Amino acid sequence: MKLCRITGSLHATVKSPRLEGRRIMIAQPLDAAGRDDGEALLALDEVDSGPGDMVLVMKEGGGARIVLGDDRSPVQCLVIAVVDDLILNET
Amino acid sequence: MHLARVVGRLHATRKDQAVDSAKLLLLQPVDPEKNPRGERLVAVDTVGAGPGEIVFYTTAYEAVIPWQDLTGRKEMALIDASIIGIVDRIDSARQGP
Repeated sequence: MKLCRITGSLHATVKSPRLEGRRIMIAQPLDAAGRDDGEALLALDEVDSGPGDMVLVMKEGGGARIVLGDDRSPVQCLVIAVVDDLILNET
Repeated sequence: MHLARVVGRLHATRKDQAVDSAKLLLLQPVDPEKNPRGERLVAVDTVGAGPGEIVFYTTAYEAVIPWQDLTGRKEMALIDASIIGIVDRIDSARQGP
């Protein structure tokens, strides 16, 4: 799972019917210090996340199909948690 | 899943029979501000995308599923990227002018 920040969302009228009913979020991967780390990815929202939220994104299609209860879903990434607090022990 | 712009179309008369009717589009991945990012790739279109449109695509096994659903075929197809949506609008907190 990757720590990300939600930076926005997509609107798409024409899309796979298996994506209906859930929002597609833009998730920017972060390093532990909260800086951008890598390229933004698209993830289906499972937890009612919003812009500015720090979240956990699962990047695994097989797991996504289990969580969504749809073994024909083409989804690869899911927002599975909104992070309230991140505690770092390193100096 | 990633964002991209449709920058071309590819025709291949001779191809694997599992993808014989596939519409192949050339994609340029873009960031949420629609700036080009990374290397171009070829993807199967499952939603009717056209030139210049911003789309999103899925890769790996997840790219095979929409193709199977579209064609009603059950065989494994030689596909590693499929377009699964056309973007109407991007609401980005970082969107430029």
